[in-house]
Amino acid sequence: MRLHIKNARVVDPASGKDGPGELFVADGKITKELSKPERVIDAKGLVLAPGFIDLAARLREPGYEYKATLESEMDAAVAGGVTSLACPPDTDPPLDEPGLVDMLRRRAKALARARVYPVGALTVKLAGEGLTEMGQLSDAGCVAFSQANAPLADTQVLWRALQYAATFGYPVWLRAEDAWLAKAGVAHDGEIATRLGLPGIPAFAETIALATILELVRATGARVHICRLSSAGAVDLMRRAKEEKLPVTCDVGVHHAHLCDLDLGYFDPNCRLEPPLRSQRDRDALARALAEGVVDCLCSDHTPVDEDGKHLPFSQAEPGATGLELLLPLTLKWGQGQKLSLAATLARITSEPARVLGISAGRLAAGAPADLVIFDPAAHFTVAAASLRSQGKNTPFLGYELTGRVHCTIVDGKVVYES
Amino acid sequence: MKLPEAERLCEQLAAELKPRIGPKSAMVGLYTGGAWLAERLHPMLGLKTPLGLMDIAFYRDDYAARGLKHDPKRTKIPFDVNGSELLLVDDVLYSGRTVRAAMNELFDYGRPASISLVVLVDRGGRQLPICAQHVGARVEVPAGMRLTLKKNDSARLILALESERAA
Amino acid sequence: MQRNPQLNEKGELQHLLSIEGLPREILLQILDTAESFAGVTEREVKKVPLLRGKSVFNLFFEPSTRTRTTFEIAAKRLSADVINLNITVSSATKGESLLDTVANLSAMHADIFVVRHESSGAPFLIARHVKPHEHVINAGDGRHSHPTQGLLDLFTIRHYKKDFSGLTVAIVGDVLHSRVARSLIHGLTTLGAPEVRVIGPQTLLPAGVEALGVRVFHDMREGLADCDVVVMLRLQNERMRGALLPSAQEYFKHYGLTADKLALAKRDAIVMHPGPMNRGVEIDSTVADGPHSVILPQVTFGIAVRMAVMSIVAGN
Repeated sequence: MRLHIKNARVVDPASGKDGPGELFVADGKITKELSKPERVIDAKGLVLAPGFIDLAARLREPGYEYKATLESEMDAAVAGGVTSLACPPDTDPPLDEPGLVDMLRRRAKALARARVYPVGALTVKLAGEGLTEMGQLSDAGCVAFSQANAPLADTQVLWRALQYAATFGYPVWLRAEDAWLAKAGVAHDGEIATRLGLPGIPAFAETIALATILELVRATGARVHICRLSSAGAVDLMRRAKEEKLPVTCDVGVHHAHLCDLDLGYFDPNCRLEPPLRSQRDRDALARALAEGVVDCLCSDHTPVDEDGKHLPFSQAEPGATGLELLLPLTLKWGQGQKLSLAATLARITSEPARVLGISAGRLAAGAPADLVIFDPAAHFTVAAASLRSQGKNTPFLGYELTGRVHCTIVDGKVVYES
Repeated sequence: MKLPEAERLCEQLAAELKPRIGPKSAMVGLYTGGAWLAERLHPMLGLKTPLGLMDIAFYRDDYAARGLKHDPKRTKIPFDVNGSELLLVDDVLYSGRTVRAAMNELFDYGRPASISLVVLVDRGGRQLPICAQHVGARVEVPAGMRLTLKKNDSARLILALESERAA
Repeated sequence: MQRNPQLNEKGELQHLLSIEGLPREILLQILDTAESFAGVTEREVKKVPLLRGKSVFNLFFEPSTRTRTTFEIAAKRLSADVINLNITVSSATKGESLLDTVANLSAMHADIFVVRHESSGAPFLIARHVKPHEHVINAGDGRHSHPTQGLLDLFTIRHYKKDFSGLTVAIVGDVLHSRVARSLIHGLTTLGAPEVRVIGPQTLLPAGVEALGVRVFHDMREGLADCDVVVMLRLQNERMRGALLPSAQEYFKHYGLTADKLALAKRDAIVMHPGPMNRGVEIDSTVADGPHSVILPQVTFGIAVRMAVMSIVAGN
């Protein structure tokens, strides 16, 4: 499709550009000029930016089709302006076999919505014992290897996995949590968990595990991305690791940039998340660290959970929140809170995750793939189950008014979503 | 309208009751007004059995509509109800429902030989077949008003009229 | 912020889920009403007709004979019909979800659900899903709350000490896992007890416990000094297996209540225990059976308190 997008406010975080402009698309790429466009999109009053890149979105296939399907979640992705997403390996069965990865990529490609980058399992069945065939998985399309939320308690295995991955330059994505200290915990170990009588996960469960991972990075040279930071202590460790120039990056889930343990209220199961929502102080440190750049990206950590999974007492409820369609408004809200420019705000979901993934998306430059989003930064809406395309309606933000609505999403030069 | 003097009615009732007091006589006053009245009458009548005080909160017939009245007091019947000739004392007799509840509660304590109802004022308006054996005065109360017994600053009993809505 | 789910729009008690968040007036209303019920149990006819025709369903997901029995007695003294359902965890996971069970019982015209569950917050989930005329009373949820126990403890303290304004109260033992302790702490702070202490080893005290308004002591002798009320918590065997304590004997040495430790409290101090007691673990027999102990009266007061709670919620 030969496209001309005009009258837009063009924001390109990679170059820092933010001003009125237009864009041309042909053969799936951004081009400098175009004669005879097939379609002209008037983006008056709207922002044109690179399509969002989400480092963690669960598509629930294979295995969890009763919770959501690839189709519904890919719909949700493009409705949220997400043009590339990485999906964690905790499907059923986990993504530890090249055949499964291949099938997932084919199915996603056939749906022709967002680009899917599978993250392969680091250990077989995510059990934390044997290494997966990272070479074969990489050939099948895995961009990195991860344990998702499955624990890897055996530090010997962790060390060997990092050594092996480092040998071939495979990135490893890990959530830092000490399996023993987090055992049976469901909330941040602090005043709120004490009041609510919920078993707690202390913040040092994260910092102890993170310190271990960073030491192993020093020892092995493995490239590690730390997923879903949750505590101020972890932020401090990452800051020092970056000062030391270790090959590490990290992200924060978009819910953790806004909410804290106070938001659990009267045991709201929509606030049952992994990692848990920690204290106000932790939340504020995460929000600031994102602005500083100590934390590289925001991601949705999209996890659709069906009603049965949430209509349970807090400790028994399934952790996770739906997030693809809220990534934009929640990112904008965070950016406003930190008094950042729109370009700096959007960098956290465009150019920065592109850098972490090592893909050439997330920027508006001639010759770059035409993955774009056109959105209204001032449109208000109330978060309602009926208007969410994802099959997961589980979000702590149900009923809240948010700002930022996607009008049009373009992937590979084709319009894949229009409101 | 002019209300009768409560203290004078009290003395009148005491004079009426005195000849009827026997060895089996006992008295129970209903909170709050009936209890005050009973506390006045009991020593005046020289009853041997100690005074009983009763809260009918758990026997009312309007629980479903109104719920439990705030701050029910503790019923204390410090004598054996069985075989007693009870004087049940209340301040104002109106629909009769309070007395119905009081009798139900009394029978959960035992089987009295008789119950006589003593009231300071009968304002008519009965909704149940209940009547008082000893009445201080009959008063017609204007619609929308309530007749209550109060204690003034010098602890004297006085009758007062207030609007129904003042709860 | 959401309205406290225990109160209806008029601020009246609709469910009893936890003591935390209840206004002082409502706590006092419950205690005063319990006071009037205390007389009923001394009569020949131990019933009042208040809840005649109403059904109380005891929904116990965690087994308990003591608490369930006192709720049953309380309900029957109010002339209510009582149905007991003991739902073990395995049958719940095999079959119906918690909410399905409640919906089925609701179809059988329940008026009051008395719920005990191992997961903190379960009664809140139920209260969100019952019909407007149905009432939920929490009989203990995980480690979060046991409000009727907290209330009967407050009733007991008020009975012996008249008012809370000058009291020093010590709660000794496994506060980390104790819903009884949490409920009592909230009740005491709301009713104005100036000093509430928790005494125990670090392993048995939860994170941020001071934020509940208590002073923390690890030394029992220091903590008991000049106390008016000593509340001993039960120590469960699982604590030894979870690497929280080495043994019952060592626990008794440091934190067991003996006559000589009790001598450090005020001369007229009272000793309480929610029961059942582990003699020789948290409390010495001579103290449990001694003149300071009010452990048996606690049980009697429990019936009056539960009658009060049921009468108040069922009328709102």
